[in-house]
Amino acid sequence: MSNIDLSVEIAGVKFKNPVMAASGTFGFGREFADYMDLNGLGAISVKGLTLAPRPGNKPPRIAETPAGILNSVGLQNPGVEAFIKEELPFLRQFDTKIIANVAGSTIEDYCEMVEILSDADIDAIELNVSCPNVKAGCVSFGNTPGGIAEITKRVKPYCKKPLIVKLTPNVTDIKEIAIAAEDAGADALSLINTILGMAIDIHKKRPILANNVGGLSGPAVKPIAVRMVHEVSRVVKIPLIGMGGISNGDDAIEFMLAGASGVMVGTYNFIDPAACLEVVTGIESYLTKYNYSNAYDVIGKLELNG
Amino acid sequence: MSKVLKEKIYSIEKLAPNIFKMTVESEYIAKNAVPGKFVNVKCGEGINALLRRPISICSIDREKHTFDIVFQLKGIGTEILSQKQAGAEVDLIGPLGQPFDLSDEYKNIAVIGGGIGVFPLLSLLKEKKSVSKTAFLGFRNKEYIVLMDEFKSASDRLFISTDDGSAGHKGLIIDLLEKDLLENNFDLIYTCGPLPMIKKVVEIANKNGIKCQVSLEQRMGCGIGACLVCACKTKLGDEWEYSHVCKDGPVFWSDEVIFDE
Repeated sequence: MSNIDLSVEIAGVKFKNPVMAASGTFGFGREFADYMDLNGLGAISVKGLTLAPRPGNKPPRIAETPAGILNSVGLQNPGVEAFIKEELPFLRQFDTKIIANVAGSTIEDYCEMVEILSDADIDAIELNVSCPNVKAGCVSFGNTPGGIAEITKRVKPYCKKPLIVKLTPNVTDIKEIAIAAEDAGADALSLINTILGMAIDIHKKRPILANNVGGLSGPAVKPIAVRMVHEVSRVVKIPLIGMGGISNGDDAIEFMLAGASGVMVGTYNFIDPAACLEVVTGIESYLTKYNYSNAYDVIGKLELNG
Repeated sequence: MSKVLKEKIYSIEKLAPNIFKMTVESEYIAKNAVPGKFVNVKCGEGINALLRRPISICSIDREKHTFDIVFQLKGIGTEILSQKQAGAEVDLIGPLGQPFDLSDEYKNIAVIGGGIGVFPLLSLLKEKKSVSKTAFLGFRNKEYIVLMDEFKSASDRLFISTDDGSAGHKGLIIDLLEKDLLENNFDLIYTCGPLPMIKKVVEIANKNGIKCQVSLEQRMGCGIGACLVCACKTKLGDEWEYSHVCKDGPVFWSDEVIFDE
């Protein structure tokens, strides 16, 4: 299998393979280093960062749902400066790309963070304009073409790293959001963030999550995510990173066929802390089975039924 | 360090309505587990009952290389787990979390447990050395009073209460603790069980100037400290922060925790 080239190029960055850990599911990598070799990853997108540290939402922050989970962590993180000082040196020991995921409540916050991170030793910035779990801002930038165009355009001059814009699925037409982000200067798009949902404890007659609503992820969302990647891939030229319910290599191949150059593994990291490496192996097996030698033999090769 | 393990189930037994004890063969856990730690168990196959279920270690047999977990049927995950047979494989991560402090400076100790929370205290009682050990255990009714031989032999004094008075003291286990404290004192109280009980135990411990360790529960995601969902409020200087039950706990010193949520 060694003669298979799994590497992909996204926004000018060469990743050794298409498999990345999704933001918010992987912390800053430390916890997973006990269970797997982080050098095997294409990239790690770190826990969503904000300018100042955030304590996050009240618990409970999670509810299991059929083939999925709802979460409402509320962007608990140590802040961008602490990330650079305390977490990045650890991550940099590994031969994998580091994507800084940033979220804010004002456009100025985003600009400031992007400016700070542009001077840090990271490989790309992922703009989180689609977190459903914080009250101010964030998702509101991502759910209209005008909102996403404005934030992307305003952030871009401060951004010396490749800029990935992460899209929310909680919109009527994701295609127009994607086009707006591309036109405003996004170098790549990642999709999908979580789907807004609710689970109710029927005995207490209250939502399980303290925040009442949260973001749905896991295998349950995969068909929605694949459909959205497919739709977006037909209307933009910039590369896509697909995610939503990937738990094995076959799932990843679906996203790649639909047009994703990279794939992110999220929820499944919680079930199998070495899930990302399983996905790499699974992609390799698929390519071997069909005598492909390159990840690009699969990416965007979906043939639609007539 | 914790590991992902696929281990063999040695036996599984129904102890009480909805309460099961599973004995698992695991050289690694039996060697590395410390009372208070837990294992995170994959109950269903694949995406069925997706998340792992955190279950405290109840007993460790370091010679036979087995450990016990006791769990309550709560939903689909624990239901699937309860149907597993001896000889089958179970997928778990462990041992996880911060354990109880078993250091020798605490000689005269008490454990106060309620419901399913009594079981992690059993391994503590068994492994805590050369001290006077008092156990206060509260149950719903006499049907739920199980593993009493083991609790008896692991403790010097044992007090039981039930909600309905079908065995032991009728009422709260807290009542027995308060009464005993009129005549006795402890160096350290360990507690695990329903949150209202834990809060009350902490209040009593504070009033009597006794140190206290609490084992907390919260809905978990990964169990390894990455997903940050199992938050619990703890002190940070004059401020507070959210710590995480899976990694910073489940055992905390009671004076670290802020019980206002």
